[in-house]
Amino acid sequence: MRVSRLNVNGDTFEVAAPEHWTLLEVLRYRMGLIGSKQGCDKGDCGACTVLMDGKPVLSCLTLAALAEGVEVTTIEGLLPAQISAGGAGTDPVQEAFHRCGALQCGFCQPGMILSARALLNENPTPSRQEIRNALAGNLCRCTGYTQIVQAIELAIAEATGGEPENPSWSPGENPWKISHTSPEDLEKAEPT
Amino acid sequence: MLRLPKFQVAAPDSVAEAVALLEQHGEDALVIAGGTDLVPNMKHELFTPELVVSLANIRKLRGIKQAEEGGLTIGAMSTLSDVAASEQVRDGAPALAQAASLVAGPQLRQMGTLGGNVMLDTRCQWYNQTYFWRDALGFCLKKDGTLCHVVAGGNKCVAAASNDTAPALMTLAATLVFEGTGGQREIPIHELFLADGIYNKKVRGEILTAVRIPALAPGHRGAYGKLRERGSIDFPLFGVAARLDVAADETVAYASLAAVALQARPVLLKRSAESLLGLRPGTRDFERGVDEAAELAYRQCRPLDNVPGDSDWRHEMVPVYVRRTLLAALEGSGPVHHV
Ligand SMILES: Cc1cc2nc3c(=O)[nH]c(=O)nc-3n(C[C@H](O)[C@H](O)[C@H](O)COP(=O)(O)OP(=O)(O)OC[C@H]3O[C@@H](n4cnc5c(N)ncnc54)[C@H](O)[C@@H]3O)c2cc1C
Ligand code: SF4
Ligand code: FES
Ligand code: FES
Repeated sequence: MRVSRLNVNGDTFEVAAPEHWTLLEVLRYRMGLIGSKQGCDKGDCGACTVLMDGKPVLSCLTLAALAEGVEVTTIEGLLPAQISAGGAGTDPVQEAFHRCGALQCGFCQPGMILSARALLNENPTPSRQEIRNALAGNLCRCTGYTQIVQAIELAIAEATGGEPENPSWSPGENPWKISHTSPEDLEKAEPT
Repeated sequence: MLRLPKFQVAAPDSVAEAVALLEQHGEDALVIAGGTDLVPNMKHELFTPELVVSLANIRKLRGIKQAEEGGLTIGAMSTLSDVAASEQVRDGAPALAQAASLVAGPQLRQMGTLGGNVMLDTRCQWYNQTYFWRDALGFCLKKDGTLCHVVAGGNKCVAAASNDTAPALMTLAATLVFEGTGGQREIPIHELFLADGIYNKKVRGEILTAVRIPALAPGHRGAYGKLRERGSIDFPLFGVAARLDVAADETVAYASLAAVALQARPVLLKRSAESLLGLRPGTRDFERGVDEAAELAYRQCRPLDNVPGDSDWRHEMVPVYVRRTLLAALEGSGPVHHV
């Protein structure tokens, strides 16, 4: 057993886990952060993607014992990060995925969103090819990727106040004017 | 879910401490850099060390520097994404930057290091599998078994060197700096590799600290070509690095070609490269030289059924990739990949 001091989603945690556990295992089975998915568990699929100091890495190949001293962001950390940065509600990338229906089973989604978030932090206006390159390590077995790229282009268009020159969605179904859903709206929408 | 076997983790601050730990624990200790090769291999129970020695805290192993005597010194712990993005590497070693940019996918390049890529274990479709899978097959010579599934009746492992940066570094005549308890030594990269798929390196128990790339000749052109089925994630099914030094009189003064994903050792395609010497790009002679280089590479490179992908198809793609990569080097474009 080893006690690791991990910085996850802005908080520091002391977590006891067997020394040979991966970061993914510690996140899921010690910290209850099950947003990061355990897919192939050997580096192929990207479902376990988390950000370490802002860069996407695979938590299934990262030893928890070696993840000390870096800032880990999981999918669960995006909403609090967005709120503490003064934003309202969910991260715009998450919101755009929701609005574009950029998922079917959803298993790849946390990894996709984190790879996209890291890309946009570094380059707020990537081209479609740059988006595809940034997502090249995240496999999706359901959507066919079209709506995923569309969601990221929607998030970019909203953030920059423009509309993509050559949108990947057809004009009639442009999803881009729908308003944000804030947590308050979500609460109001809860059935009583 | 793939559980790791039990081990302890050490993360010393200096090479000296790391080397001492390796000596003290002998075969029970293994080095971990980015872990992108070692961790899956441990999950497959191909390696079951008692101690894993991380190089992550050794600061002097990071960074890309212009060397005083010209050329580049790249710390072994530099990540593949840093190597691929570095202006110095793109200018001073274009084939290396291109090869690094095509390794695996973005997350793996962010984690994986140049040192780990040079020291990568060989790969085989009968070997890089779970214990359960390998057990069902009766294992193989390289691990836990007695026979080879690639070469019938073979008593030698021919698992493939699959590291994309190795051929690029070979054409660049890079040298590798190793440190062990006996001190430091520097060896040319083409002397590192052995034709033994079980362990294809001459050096064991030492730490690769840096990769040195000599100053480029004026007129250096380099590129990397990689055959794979998907445009991302996949290991090479064939990889080739090309170098052409074009002299002031516009003829090829030096040429080098190196290939990977064939057998245990990345190979220099010497005769193939020699067919370009003295030729002037843009002439019919040069075109014929490229044809000859591709033909000789086709004869020298014999893909085996060690890595996935039909080996006949991989063989037919050898001249295609050699030709395209040579032309990309000449044009200053590349990398070459069809997906
Ligand atoms: C899905 C997937 C796809 C991949 N695709 C490719 C690909 O296309 N091309 C490719 O080349 N690789 C590929 N890889 C393998 C791997 O990601 C890279 O080769 C990477 O560069 C390995 O570096 P690392 O730092 O992670 O090495 P590690 O896994 O940390 O180490 C690899 C080996 O080298 C030894 N080692 C590491 N550093 C040193 C050192 N400084 N001194 C001495 N020994 C050392 C380790 O003991 C271990 O045996 C892939 C891996 C995965 C999981
Ligand atoms: S070539 Fe493949 S099957 Fe043959 S011994 Fe080596 S790893 Fe095993
Ligand atoms: S679970 Fe980590 S890459 Fe698939
Ligand atoms: S939505 Fe099912 S894997 Fe992507």
